[in-house]
Amino acid sequence: MIAETTITGWLTDPESLIAAGLLLPLLALIAIQLFGRWPNLREAATLTVSTVLFAVVGRLSQIVFAGNRPSLTLGEFLPGFEIGFEIEPLGMLFALVASGLWILTTIYAIGYMRGHHEQHQTRFFSCFAIAIFAAVAAAFSANLFTLFVAYEVMTISTYPLVAHHGTEKARDGARVYLGILLSTSIAFLMLAIVWTWFIAGTLQFRAGGILSDAFAAGDISRWQLGLLLALFAFGIAKAALMPFHRWLPAAMVAPTPVSALLHAVAVVKVGVFSVLKVVVYVFGLDLLQTSGVNLWLAYLAGFSILTASLVAMTKDNLKARLAYSTISQLGYITLGAAIATPSSVVGGGMHIVMHAVGKITLFFCAGAIYVAAHKTDISQMRGLGRRMPFTFAAFLIATVSIIGLPPCGGAWSKWFLAVGTVESHQFILTAILMISSLLNIAYLMPIPMRAFQTPEGDGDTSGSTIQEAPLFCVVPLCITALGSIALFFAGQWIYEVLLPITIP
Amino acid sequence: MSDHLPILLIVLPLIAAPLCVLVGNRKVAYVVALAAAWCTFAIALTLITQVTRSGPIHYNIGDWAPPYGIEYVVDSFSGFVMLFVAGIGALVLSYAPPSIKAEIPQSKHYLFYATYMLCMTGLLGICATGDLFNVFVFLEISSLSSYALISLGRSRRAPLAALQYLILGSIGATFILIGIGLLYQMTGTLNMADIASRLDTHHGPRTMLVSFAFLTVGLCIKMAVFPLHRWLPGAYTYAPSVVTCFIAATSTKVSVYAFARVVFGIFTPDFAFEQLSLNTGLMILALIGIFGTSITAIFQDNVKRMLAFSSVAQIGYMLLGISMANQSGLTAGIIHMFNHALIKGGLFMVAGCFALRLGSVNLSDWQGAGRTMPWTSFAWVVGGLGLIGVPLTAGFVSKWLLLTAAVQSELWPVAVLMLLSSLLALVYIWRVVESLYFAETSQRAADAVDAPLQMLVPTYILIGAILVFGVWTTYPFDLASEAASTLLGAPTP
Amino acid sequence: MSIEQVVGLYNYWIVVFLMMTGFYIVIARTNLIKSIIGLNIFQTSVFLLYITMGRINGGTAPIIPAVVADAHAHAHPADAHATDGPAGHSLHETADELIYSNPLPSVLMLTAIVVGIATTALALALIVRIREEYGTVEEDEILELDRYS
Repeated sequence: MIAETTITGWLTDPESLIAAGLLLPLLALIAIQLFGRWPNLREAATLTVSTVLFAVVGRLSQIVFAGNRPSLTLGEFLPGFEIGFEIEPLGMLFALVASGLWILTTIYAIGYMRGHHEQHQTRFFSCFAIAIFAAVAAAFSANLFTLFVAYEVMTISTYPLVAHHGTEKARDGARVYLGILLSTSIAFLMLAIVWTWFIAGTLQFRAGGILSDAFAAGDISRWQLGLLLALFAFGIAKAALMPFHRWLPAAMVAPTPVSALLHAVAVVKVGVFSVLKVVVYVFGLDLLQTSGVNLWLAYLAGFSILTASLVAMTKDNLKARLAYSTISQLGYITLGAAIATPSSVVGGGMHIVMHAVGKITLFFCAGAIYVAAHKTDISQMRGLGRRMPFTFAAFLIATVSIIGLPPCGGAWSKWFLAVGTVESHQFILTAILMISSLLNIAYLMPIPMRAFQTPEGDGDTSGSTIQEAPLFCVVPLCITALGSIALFFAGQWIYEVLLPITIP
Repeated sequence: MSDHLPILLIVLPLIAAPLCVLVGNRKVAYVVALAAAWCTFAIALTLITQVTRSGPIHYNIGDWAPPYGIEYVVDSFSGFVMLFVAGIGALVLSYAPPSIKAEIPQSKHYLFYATYMLCMTGLLGICATGDLFNVFVFLEISSLSSYALISLGRSRRAPLAALQYLILGSIGATFILIGIGLLYQMTGTLNMADIASRLDTHHGPRTMLVSFAFLTVGLCIKMAVFPLHRWLPGAYTYAPSVVTCFIAATSTKVSVYAFARVVFGIFTPDFAFEQLSLNTGLMILALIGIFGTSITAIFQDNVKRMLAFSSVAQIGYMLLGISMANQSGLTAGIIHMFNHALIKGGLFMVAGCFALRLGSVNLSDWQGAGRTMPWTSFAWVVGGLGLIGVPLTAGFVSKWLLLTAAVQSELWPVAVLMLLSSLLALVYIWRVVESLYFAETSQRAADAVDAPLQMLVPTYILIGAILVFGVWTTYPFDLASEAASTLLGAPTP
Repeated sequence: MSIEQVVGLYNYWIVVFLMMTGFYIVIARTNLIKSIIGLNIFQTSVFLLYITMGRINGGTAPIIPAVVADAHAHAHPADAHATDGPAGHSLHETADELIYSNPLPSVLMLTAIVVGIATTALALALIVRIREEYGTVEEDEILELDRYS
């Protein structure tokens, strides 16, 4: 009886839930290492832990979305800098997405890695678990310092994943990856954080920002504020804002599950999430609006959106095209943060979810195509849709979501972003959003279209029989595709959940 | 017994040294040295706990009261330095046998242990003593034994490197001796605290300036401050691996310690930094040194030489902290002494493991060793991350503190340059990592196996310490900040 | 500074001259043996510096002269602590007239000389080894040999 109440107490106590959320991925890491010799056991452990993690995060989200802000402080790391966690809706949403998609990616990775006879699978799953830990820690972080530590842990833990194949190509890609991510974070982000700490006296995320007092007191001038914003925007290179976007295409040498979860969800979303968090909780929307230092960033994001879309059109390699598409879509979120109106910020936050689900589907499909048909180039995929109908149907749905058309989730986030640009009278940016959507159509739509056409030189009969990737690959991508549709109907809910972050 | 710990700390290795020679058997000598080293570490640990509990310990040798007798002072600064010198000394000695078996003729082993003990005596003595002339004597004990140790290297360049170090080191030591002499001439005493109380830094004679100049230049040679670092790369490169581990981790740090003592304990920062603005000069030298040597490090094929250049750069960071001359800067500098000792010691130990198995410290021979020597290679990765200063490693702690200190002192260019320079560490460390894991396996690496456990375990203890002190920061931080406040003369909290 | 003062400081001039000579030899000579000789001269100059600073004009070695000591012992055969007696007083005056040189610098230099000898011995030993390896003690020739090896 007593034990029961303790357990229920434990389950409802937000502090222990946060601790559990952080410890579970580490538990998975230990389990993976222990069961490294028995792949089935190892993957079963990962799946169990990830499911439990999702449940824990789900339970936490009930608490957070009800308006509470559970927190947990681990103590001071150095005097004045503490490792602490406090969950607000944006982070909660991000944690939900990351932990939910971890389950699916694990299932998918089982199919992909085994279907592909990859080496070093234990290392692979271990690094994955650490990356998820970093994502959850970043999502829950209560201050910039914690966020920074989580951010760096994620960079380091994903390096072995990018370099997984150990070939010269993998080395070069991973070098660019680590080089850009680590050096920007050290050179810019660290400086920005210390600067913030110096003028604000704290690094705690606070609704309404922590810099407004310092700005009012004249501790930081207007151009310095702009510089600080630039240090943050470029320091968080995981947001892949041009010109520090090169790491993302370079990271595509990784196995596809890595590209799917990390380079469509965890890593890049930590980037844009950090940008949003900095804008909302460090600068504060009002400060940016009044000082007007944010506009250059908005235009840079717009430039990033358009350029990346244009580059994407030139890529024949499917993963490369998706990578540039990701850069472009991340630009939307940065744009939303940079415009700094309530609608745009909510739109940006929403786009984290919508794009995550959409893009992971696309990457899953790319991997499935590779496993089943060993095709990586778009030009070779003509007629492939007949052999792999589920995969390409999912691809189509995800494409619709990325473009931002109903009945898929992407429609909502793009709508709010557009509203934000109009509200702030930046009509050029509105136009950029519209043009970019057209470009999205131009570079994504042809892929499923072409796949469903008759194969060229229709002679071999293999085109007509269904030859899908392993079930472990196909099921997750169907789920995420359906998820994209489901999110369309959840738009209202997400909006309401996210709205509190804009109120100081 | 426990009252005599400060002298025991010095005497123990000092007695162990002739004992090693007397027994003349390499195995027995090793046991003697190892026991002495670990006992020394235990003593250092006891001392530092005593100091943190009940304040500085003053020990009068032979019960002669200072300033007539020689006084040993263990406070939080000297205790802290002694702690890691003794700790790393003991750890490196535990790691030593397989490596020196491969690199030093067996007939000289017992002499090696004896010299090693002498070197440890000297380094610990510098920290413990409160008498300026004693500092010189111990400095020479440690230096002479390091020259001898370095010359034991297998390469024929080792004696030459040792001789070059000897010449520069002796010049440095003689400079220090002149400085001490002039100070004595002015004050008539050699006890550091006593000198400080008798020295009028505001209206003193010009002799004071001269003496300070001699001491600074002399110590800068010993610290290997750019551009007086020329002896260091050769010495570290050609010394036997074990010797490099120990000297690289401890010797320059102890010189930094002595420098900080001289500046803060005797001349006061007001004289050195306000009146002479030595801090600006030091900062500029440190920054040029950091960039110059880091860039040089990038182009080295010999990994030990690369690490040696990196050491010169890291000394620059310590000096940056010290030259800020405030609580936060000093704390950062002192904690970097500790962290860098761990990191560089660890990395050189890894290099020693590779040297044992591959018979070479050239990067081209290390290629592909990540596949055949996974544990050793992984240790390199962790140590390297520490050197770069990635969060959750000790290197991050010191970098973060140094950065916040620079920003607090509003030294923006220093802050920016410091961050940029740490990217250079990324380049040279990662070159090695990529060679280990991605390059075609070299002939030597193809049939290598992981280093023996006797070497791997101490290596991992030190490498693990980098991670432990990257997370559990309070212990070294509290010690360092207390040491800083001792130096600045503030009442210890 | 008058000429008397300059000449009066002759001991320091010697020190400075020796110091610079030694230092120059260390830096300028490529022959390793000569470098070591230079180093020795350099160190010796410092010994002189110390010794000369301890010396006081008209001072004697800091040893109580036998006469004084004897008289002292005679006056107080039983109690060495009682110094305020009338006989002791006069003796004290004689003792006070004596000026002793400071012994400490000389003592310090004993240590420094030992250090210097150790350094020289080690340096010579190293040079022997270098000579065995390279067959020369000229630094530029050695560097040349290393370059081509």
